[in-house]
Amino acid sequence: MRPRPSDAPLSGGHHEGTDPERSADDHAGALVMSGTVERGSFNLEADLIAAPGEVLGVLGPNGAGKTTLLRALSGLDALSSGSIRLGDLTLDDAHTDTFVPAQRRPIGLVFQDYRLFPHLNVRDNVAYAPRVQGAGRRQARAAADTWLQRLDLTALATRRPHEISGGQAQKVALARALAAEPRLLLLDEPLSALDAKTRLDVRAQLRSHIDQFTGPVLIITHDPLEAMIMADRLLVIENGRVVQQGTPAQVARQPATQYVARLVGLNLYTGTLDPATRRVHLDDGGVFTVTLGDDDLAPSQGAALTSRRVLVGLRPSAITVHTAIPTHASPRNVWQGTVASLELLADRVRIQVDATPPALVDVSSAAVADLALRPGTGVWLSAKATETEAYAYPGTDRKF
Amino acid sequence: MTSSDPPPAGQVPAQRTRQGARAVQARGAIPWPLGIPALLAALFLLVPLAGLLVRAPWRGLPHLLADSQVLDALRLSLVCASAATAASLVFGVPLAWVLARSQARGISVLRALVTLPLVLPPVVGGVALLLAFGRQGILGRLLDEWTGVTLPFTTAGVIIAETFVAMPFLVITVEGAFRAADRGYEEAAATLGASRLTVFRTVTIPLIAPSLLAGAVLCWARALGEFGATITFAGNFPGRTQTMPLAVYVALESDPEAAVALSLVLLVVSIAVLAGLRDRWLSTGTTP
Repeated sequence: MRPRPSDAPLSGGHHEGTDPERSADDHAGALVMSGTVERGSFNLEADLIAAPGEVLGVLGPNGAGKTTLLRALSGLDALSSGSIRLGDLTLDDAHTDTFVPAQRRPIGLVFQDYRLFPHLNVRDNVAYAPRVQGAGRRQARAAADTWLQRLDLTALATRRPHEISGGQAQKVALARALAAEPRLLLLDEPLSALDAKTRLDVRAQLRSHIDQFTGPVLIITHDPLEAMIMADRLLVIENGRVVQQGTPAQVARQPATQYVARLVGLNLYTGTLDPATRRVHLDDGGVFTVTLGDDDLAPSQGAALTSRRVLVGLRPSAITVHTAIPTHASPRNVWQGTVASLELLADRVRIQVDATPPALVDVSSAAVADLALRPGTGVWLSAKATETEAYAYPGTDRKF
Repeated sequence: MTSSDPPPAGQVPAQRTRQGARAVQARGAIPWPLGIPALLAALFLLVPLAGLLVRAPWRGLPHLLADSQVLDALRLSLVCASAATAASLVFGVPLAWVLARSQARGISVLRALVTLPLVLPPVVGGVALLLAFGRQGILGRLLDEWTGVTLPFTTAGVIIAETFVAMPFLVITVEGAFRAADRGYEEAAATLGASRLTVFRTVTIPLIAPSLLAGAVLCWARALGEFGATITFAGNFPGRTQTMPLAVYVALESDPEAAVALSLVLLVVSIAVLAGLRDRWLSTGTTP
């Protein structure tokens, strides 16, 4: 968790004054969800915790279940089993048949497509939540003006949603959600509707705004860069299951699935480790001598040297390409294959090699010319054992 | 179509002609098997209206229209059509919402039944109303016994007959709008703390406002022109139940010139409705 500015929190202050029964701690409640959601034939099973002030990035490919998760949290859909709690509030509990509908959940949701009301101007959009929650027109507008000021939107107050840009609409949607004084903030693909240029600006601003929010924040995204930059911790979802949790650095270094590995540009293999020889028999064929990335994988004194399932990560830049079989003294993994394709990246060439196991290899364009590499060229690949790191499945190790 | 290079002087006329033909080809000429029936259809619709204008007793018009019976009929028509539209809005919009949103079984059967008056001959509607709300009708008898109120052959009866015939036009228009409305906005309103009724009032209704207006105008125009159900259920009493269409029909036998004059008034009202809707409804349907 990041340190928080002690002055002027964006939320929480209002409730403390109006409800003396509740302590400030109750409002700073963590989100705890453990349950399943069924939508048609799709089934999402999720366990997650987000602490107050923490930004949890929920990362996954399209169709992984991100939207389903979001709808369950916001109360637009119900859990089929399990529960959702926010601080001292039970929002959904299939066991006790508790279900708090969306309009009574203290949750702010910023939709991917913003969904600003087209018939209201910017100020009245932001004033909507205070208004429907019982504030008078003048009071609601005053509250809206405060939020517009904080998010630097005052100049747009009288514009209609179709008269503002995508980046501005995103900020208005955030202001509208925050004006409801939520205890949990959900952002659905917050930057996906923006063009690349606007995205950089908005990302920086959005980060600074959510940094001031005192409750838990969930950012749903399929963009790993967005997730890594915005979130304190990542939760990776695939096919309706949580496959990995960890800090962005952990996830990037030791991805649990091919999806994440591809996102962070890593060769990822699954296999079975023989701890005694430090050799991994890969599922796709081939054997690698590896370095053990996790301490608990190392054979400790007296422990049984049983083989176990591991992941092996190998950076494309750690692999060397040869046109003849290499001879070296240091322990290396050497295997043979055929160049399948070459792709020019910014400062290097990425080669896809058909081999056992297949690999992505990054080389300089000079090397491509020197070795006369083209699709169909037979090559030898080598990688130092110290660069070939084996680690246990991160997804199975759920520590909160 | 025009070339930037000036053509040689001698070729200009030939090129013009060819370009004219090309323009027609490019836009698509109307094939005669479609063009001739289309022309006949347009004439068929427009000639009677032209006849009305040609045969109108323009000179005696002010005198004819100043007749108190004509003014009574006009006033009654406007009041009853407006009341029927108001009743249709109050009851028909919630019905349209239920038809569009309810997941209950049998809702599609209900939809078919409540829109039946759209295709039912209005006279049959009038008979049905008599059987329900007449003094001996299933509801009418109870109403008479309990309150002493009878509906047939009263101004209230006119409003009921017009509502019966015209409300389905509003319901069907607004139901379509409720179906097509983006539910995403309603979800957004719910996450901001709005109850379902508040969502309906503050988001759904403003979003479908153009369709609501169109449905209300359709409903009003249909009520204004109502004849069959009205004369069957409410009768034809000048000043009480004789609306403009009834007055036109009666006048045609006794005073044809007055009938033409009354028809002219209804035509003017219809044209005014069309003109009023042109921008908001008849054009491409942009939201205001």
